[in-house]
Amino acid sequence: MQSTLAATFLIAREVVHEALRMRLAWVLAGLCALAFGLAGFIGAVALTDTRATQTALLAALLRLAAIFIVAGFTVTSIVREADEQGQQLLLALPLPRAAWLLGKLAGLGLVALAPALLFGALAFAAAPAAAALAWSVSLWCELWIVAAFALLAALGLSSALAALAATLAFYLLARAIGGFQLLAEQRGGSALLDLIGTMLPRLDGYASADWLVYGQPAPLGPILLHSAIAIALLAALALADLYRKEL
Amino acid sequence: MRAGPLRRVPWAVWLLLAGALAAQSLIPPPAHHVQARALHPPPPMLQAAALGEPVALARLAMLYVHAVEGTTALRRLDYPALRGWLEAILALDPRGPAPLLAASQLYAGVQDPARARLMLDFVYQEFLRDPDRRWPHLAHAALAARHRLGDLPLARRYAQAIRTRTSAGVLPPWALQMEASILEDLGESAAARALIGAMLANGQVRDPNELRFLERRLQLLERPGEPATGAQR
Repeated sequence: MQSTLAATFLIAREVVHEALRMRLAWVLAGLCALAFGLAGFIGAVALTDTRATQTALLAALLRLAAIFIVAGFTVTSIVREADEQGQQLLLALPLPRAAWLLGKLAGLGLVALAPALLFGALAFAAAPAAAALAWSVSLWCELWIVAAFALLAALGLSSALAALAATLAFYLLARAIGGFQLLAEQRGGSALLDLIGTMLPRLDGYASADWLVYGQPAPLGPILLHSAIAIALLAALALADLYRKEL
Repeated sequence: MRAGPLRRVPWAVWLLLAGALAAQSLIPPPAHHVQARALHPPPPMLQAAALGEPVALARLAMLYVHAVEGTTALRRLDYPALRGWLEAILALDPRGPAPLLAASQLYAGVQDPARARLMLDFVYQEFLRDPDRRWPHLAHAALAARHRLGDLPLARRYAQAIRTRTSAGVLPPWALQMEASILEDLGESAAARALIGAMLANGQVRDPNELRFLERRLQLLERPGEPATGAQR
C-alpha cells in the first residue's frame, strides 16, 4: 500500500517536472506580459467603464489561454509517453493501473494550479480579495476537469490531434450547453440537450468574469462538489479504458 | 537534435525568406472596412455565444459598438440599430453602466433631435426596469432633454419618473428637487409649490439643511414676482 502511494506520488511529481521541462513557467510569464499589454490597449480604446472592461476581458482571455495550455500539455504528454513506450513500461510494473492514473491526475491538478494561482494573483490587483480568491479556486477546478478529460481523450484516441480536438469540443460544449438550453426553451425545449446538460460539467458557472467586475462571486461549495464529481466520473471512464488495454 | 550554425542554411532558403518578408511588407493587405451591422444578434443568441461569460462578451460588444461609431459621424450612425445593440448588451450585463452611460452622455449629444430622443427613450425604458440602479443615467437624460433639446415637458417626465419610481433614501437632494426646478422653468409655480409641499409632507426629505432649503424655496414661490432660484444663493 505504501509503495503504491509512493509510486503515485512519484508519477505526479514526474508530471510536474515534465511541465517545467516544457517551459510552462515561461509560457505563463509570456501570457502575463501579454495581459499587461492587452490591458493597456483596452484602456486606450474603451470609452466608458475602463477598469471593468479591462478586468472582464482579461479574465476571460486568460482563462481561455490557461485551458489551451493545460489541455495541450496533457494531450501531448500522454501521447508522447505512449509513443515512447514509457506508458507500457509503467503499466508492466507490479503496480495497480489505478495508481498510474491517479498519479497522472494528481500531477495534472498541480500543473493546473500554476495558472490558477498566477492569474488569481493578477485578479487580486483588479478585484476584491474574496472575489479573486473564489475566481482562482474555480479556475483551478475548471482546469483540472479539462485536464482529466484530455487525459481520457489521449488514452482513448491515441492521437494528439484527435484528443485535442475532442477536448476543445468538450470544453466548448460544457460552456455553451446552458445557452443552447436557453435557446431551445424558447422553442419548447429539447430532451436531447437536457440529457447532454445533465451529463456534462456545467463549466459556464465557473470562474465568471462578473465575479471580479462586481465583486460578487458564486458560492464555492457547489463548484467544489460538482468538480469532484466530474473528475471522479472522468477518472472512472479513463480507468475503464485503461484496464481493458493489453500490453 | 541540436541546432547547428546558421551558415549551414542553403542560400536559396535565405533568398526565399528575404523575398517573403519583402512581399509581406510591401504588398498592401486586403482592404477591411468596419461597418455598422443593421441587425444586432438577439439576446438569447448572445447568451449562447457568451460561453458562460456574458459580462466579458458585453464589454467586447461595447468595444465593437465604439469601434463602429468611431469610424462614422454620429449623425450618420444607424440609431435604431445602435439602440438594438445597446439593448442587447444591457441584457447580457444588466448591472453594467456602459450602454446607458454611452446613450445618455455620448449618443444623445447628436445634433439630430429625433436621434437624440431615440437614445433618451432607450435610457428611460431601461431605467424603468431597474430604477434604483439606473436613475443617474435618466437624470442625465433629463438634463439633456432640458438643455439640449429644450423639451421641458420631456425633462419633467423623466424627473418625475426619477422621483416616483426610486426607493426611499436612494436619491440625493438635487435629484429629488429636479422636477420642482423644471416645473418652475415651465412657469408652473403652483405645481412646483404643490410638489415641494408634498415632498416636505410625505417625509421624502429628512436632512435638516435640505428641509430648511425647501421651506425657504416654498416661501419664495409663494411670493409672486420674486425668483425662487434666489434661495440657492
